[in-house]
Amino acid sequence: MKQGSMNQGSMNTIAAKVHSPMNTFSWLLKREFWEHRGGFLRAPAITALIFLALTLMGLATVELTARRFDFNFNNLHIDQITQHIANNDIAQVGTGVDVALLSLGSPIGIVLFFVVFFYLLGALYDDRRDRSVLFWKSLPLSDTQTVLSKVVAAAFIAPALAIAAMIALHIGFLILLSLYALLHGINPLPLLWSPLHLIGLWLKLVALIPLNAIWALPCIGWLLLCSSFARSKPFLWAVAVPVIAGIMVGWVNLMSQLSLPNIWFWHKIVGRCLLSVFPGSWVNAEAFKDLARSHGNPGDMLGAVLSLDSVKALLTSADLWVGAAAGVAMIAAAIYFRRKRTEAYA
Amino acid sequence: MTAVVHANGLSKRYGTTAALDSVNLNIEPGRIVGLVGPNGAGKTTALKAILGLTEFDGELSVLGLDPRTHRYQLMQQVCFIADVAVLPRWLRVSEAVDFVAGVHPRFSREKCQALLARTKLKPTQRVRELSKGMIVQLHLALVMAIDAKLLVLDEPTLGLDILYRKEFYQNLLNDYFDEQKTIIVTTHQIEEVEHILTDLLFIRDGKIVLDATMDQVGERFAEVMVNPDKADAARALKPIYERQIFGKSIFLFDGIDRARLAELGELHKPSVADLFVATMKGTYS
Repeated sequence: MKQGSMNQGSMNTIAAKVHSPMNTFSWLLKREFWEHRGGFLRAPAITALIFLALTLMGLATVELTARRFDFNFNNLHIDQITQHIANNDIAQVGTGVDVALLSLGSPIGIVLFFVVFFYLLGALYDDRRDRSVLFWKSLPLSDTQTVLSKVVAAAFIAPALAIAAMIALHIGFLILLSLYALLHGINPLPLLWSPLHLIGLWLKLVALIPLNAIWALPCIGWLLLCSSFARSKPFLWAVAVPVIAGIMVGWVNLMSQLSLPNIWFWHKIVGRCLLSVFPGSWVNAEAFKDLARSHGNPGDMLGAVLSLDSVKALLTSADLWVGAAAGVAMIAAAIYFRRKRTEAYA
Repeated sequence: MTAVVHANGLSKRYGTTAALDSVNLNIEPGRIVGLVGPNGAGKTTALKAILGLTEFDGELSVLGLDPRTHRYQLMQQVCFIADVAVLPRWLRVSEAVDFVAGVHPRFSREKCQALLARTKLKPTQRVRELSKGMIVQLHLALVMAIDAKLLVLDEPTLGLDILYRKEFYQNLLNDYFDEQKTIIVTTHQIEEVEHILTDLLFIRDGKIVLDATMDQVGERFAEVMVNPDKADAARALKPIYERQIFGKSIFLFDGIDRARLAELGELHKPSVADLFVATMKGTYS
């Protein structure tokens, strides 16, 4: 009796709590972050630290070598070189800084690719292999919510954290460079620190996240589908199916002498399925061939790639939207298999 | 009152073998049902069907819902512990509590924390750092803090030592179960659960071979210890099982009048384990 009345009381307090689907979804995202802190947060952070350390080592080497040999370059001391640059067009230097910062951040992009690729391959497979799927399925979570939380983690959370690491790396790098400049009695502020310029660059990086996400949908969809479908070895499924399909298409082309170039399939199907989670990989799309050709030097090209025109070109390309539609279809298939499959072989 | 679980012609085939062969079931609220059967008899398949984790043929409703199409709604009312090793190894104790509190509308954090306070679990510990027994304590604390109508336990104490096993069922009975709730449990350690069961379901080769309340079991079945001189008379009554001990024979009878049996020798209430062995003889041959 006593127990009965206690339960009545606790039931009333329970009923008062609100559990909206959005709330549940944010818990699912937190869950993904908890499980993958290592890949999402630690991997880009460690990469950033490594490259800061390399920068420091590089600057120290330059400094020591220059001192030991009293290094001359066209009869200019090294501090005079920087002074010379300072007298040049600051805008040119700004582009140079952009190029330097972006290439400095590119290893984080590469790390992000591997993290996201293997995250997606394991997302709907690992918990079936270790049977913890039975715990998740014992909670009131729909399979659609679960799969979508993994899409969002791969498309937004991991890239956002990687870009945060990139920005931290940029700031650290500029601080090191400024200290080096100060060591030579040069004021680094006008040269390296133009706040509007830097914030503009970072905003562009952040603004590219949704664009990257749409572009990556076929890859996200394909990897999740393999992860959800495979009873074992999702990696083999993910790679072997498109590669064998590519070889078959090539063979059929060879046999029938069709005019469709073989490279088309590799580029548009195999490449998109496996590699389009690589940040900024849309730069290779058709829409960019002309843009890239019209700009000779890397600084201009970079500016063009990050410009509004290029984003417009991508947003109006069939490549982007056909791929996105295929990605959405594959995500739907992944949800279907998530509902059906709870087993996997180790 | 509607049945918690209602199955009619429930079937499931894996290739040519039938894991469930048109099973009919009716489980009422407020019962603790033991689903008992040899390995491969279809216990887990039956539970999976009830939980919406597998496709099936036939008719099955759980709390009035079809588990295939309404798993999500069902899981607000149904909890299950699949077996001891299913909590994700990377999960921390505090994260587990936060997550379930975040997603489950019927979870009471206070109750869960009170249950955890009785154990040695620390909030920062990860599941992979815990012993099997402690993992079960955590899982049970999470599940018992959920005010569910149906709790499904599939071999919940597999691989645990006897202290943890006793504690598990004691907690369940003292702090969880009430007349609003229903528990379905499968286990091979029948002797440990038989005193808490209200109903018994034996399953063999995908068929329900015994479906009775414990009271009915007590009325229907009787065990008689018979001296050798009366053994033939006992055999004439067609016992369902016979074994020898200390030169006497022990016979197990199904539905034979007690007065007649008392003439043969000493009457006992058979244990569920003995009943199980009698019912399942020849399963593996």
